[in-house]
Amino acid sequence: MSMDDVVEVRGLRKTYRGGFEALKGIDFTIERGETFALLGPNGAGKSTTIEILEGYRDRTGGEARVLGVDPQHGGLGWKARIGIVLQNTGEQPNATVREQLTHFAGLYPRPRDVDKVIAAVGLTDQARTRIRRLSGGQRRRVDVALGIVGNPELLFLDEPTTGFDPEARRSFWELIRSLKREGTTILLTTHYLDEAAQLADRAGVIAGGRLVALGAIDELGGADARVPIVRWSEKGVVREERTQRPGELVARLAAKGEPERLEVIRPALEDIYLDLVREAAA
Amino acid sequence: MSVIANGLSRVRYEIVSYFRQGDSVFFTFLFPLVMLTIFAVAFSETPFGPPGEEVSAARFYLPGMLAAGVLLSGLQNMSIDIAVEKSDGTLKRLAGTPLSPISFFIGKIGQVLVTGALQAALLILVAHFAFGVELPTEAGAWLTFAWVFLFGVSTCAILGIGLSGLPRSGKSATAVIIPIVLILQFISGVYLSFAMLPTWLQNVASVFPLKWLAQGMRSVFLPSSFEAAEPGGSWDLAGVAIFTGIWLVAGLIAARLTFRWIRKDA
Repeated sequence: MSMDDVVEVRGLRKTYRGGFEALKGIDFTIERGETFALLGPNGAGKSTTIEILEGYRDRTGGEARVLGVDPQHGGLGWKARIGIVLQNTGEQPNATVREQLTHFAGLYPRPRDVDKVIAAVGLTDQARTRIRRLSGGQRRRVDVALGIVGNPELLFLDEPTTGFDPEARRSFWELIRSLKREGTTILLTTHYLDEAAQLADRAGVIAGGRLVALGAIDELGGADARVPIVRWSEKGVVREERTQRPGELVARLAAKGEPERLEVIRPALEDIYLDLVREAAA
Repeated sequence: MSVIANGLSRVRYEIVSYFRQGDSVFFTFLFPLVMLTIFAVAFSETPFGPPGEEVSAARFYLPGMLAAGVLLSGLQNMSIDIAVEKSDGTLKRLAGTPLSPISFFIGKIGQVLVTGALQAALLILVAHFAFGVELPTEAGAWLTFAWVFLFGVSTCAILGIGLSGLPRSGKSATAVIIPIVLILQFISGVYLSFAMLPTWLQNVASVFPLKWLAQGMRSVFLPSSFEAAEPGGSWDLAGVAIFTGIWLVAGLIAARLTFRWIRKDA
């Protein structure tokens, strides 16, 4: 393990009571300062993985190191160095945004400035509002604020923008980019592939408890998955061909007369992802 | 030390949240006061106690209501609170922060001590000024009150931690805890005069701490002529200390064994 690896996972396995194998051996590392996205369908094992790394669940097999510590035995000093934004968490509904953040900031040795954190998540106008009176999206921003107020070296974000409107999502991305610039390492799970494409340096795709792809966002699935597709219709039958030289193919087709319903498709992250998940399920 | 500092910060935070939660203020904080008022008004013409030594309903019920307050502020409030926090994710969130469980419990027990003391003070003041209840003048009686109260509140709070694991969800917490608390109050001499209960029921109640707390409170606020009506004809303060102490130790062991921030492999 290199000194710069903040997270290291080797052969990680998890079998739940009752025999369900949630993780069947997963390997990946996250370097310091990197933003890493875990992608995958519901029930694939994303949350199991992140909860093992957060110390909430015990693994059945394999190795896990988070900031050099086995998360199963992470003490208070270790917890002070990580920040966690869970999928759903209870807020103290009777505290105001500012009270809640001030209280949590006080638990950490080197917290961020509370007012700056409130401003960063866009809740300055709601700072003195009790959390029970906030909208769902605003409460989610309180969750994010609580995750970063301790000034963590490593931030876990489990589906952080669920329930955000497009504008809130964009300002959240801006916040994550600023954390990244300050050197925070981030592990993100998300359903939104555009979010992963916007934020992550690298991503892993989990399906059926296995890592089916791992790499830089723009290399995920390998070069083959990115070969453009030319699709057209011939006598009512849809034809398609993958080629590195779509222009040539289109010219050849056009020479025989205008092809019906011609299109050239460059697979987007979403197409590649869906292919990967489909292959894993097959 | 940060464990203590964080604990004190939790005390403040818990107290503020407690008083902003309308239903808990009513059902645990003001409830004994409401009951005392009802009894004092409903039985305002009825004398209680041995012939020649009768006291007003307010004076007769004050010790029971103080004991009930200790049970509600300690056991009921604590167990429901923790059960709800367990199921709504509050404990999971705290488990991910550098908060020590010890600080968490300093916060909870501190909250119970402060709200319990305010509740007791309010009961005594209302009993005295609104219903004319005579208060003890000897320092010894107040000393007894202080130790019975502190010992009782701590024991009930610790038992509340142990009981918080009983309800399966936050939603069922009130449904599981309130009947336990209610039955204890009925058999322990809070609402019904303990001397009137059949001996076997007195014996059952004597296993649980509330009967002893109510007895300790009676020794403080009732005339000594009432002592003869107690089982065994004595306030038996040693018994109060011993039984409460046993429950305190049992509660500490149960809390230590059963409390987890989260169920790891649910």
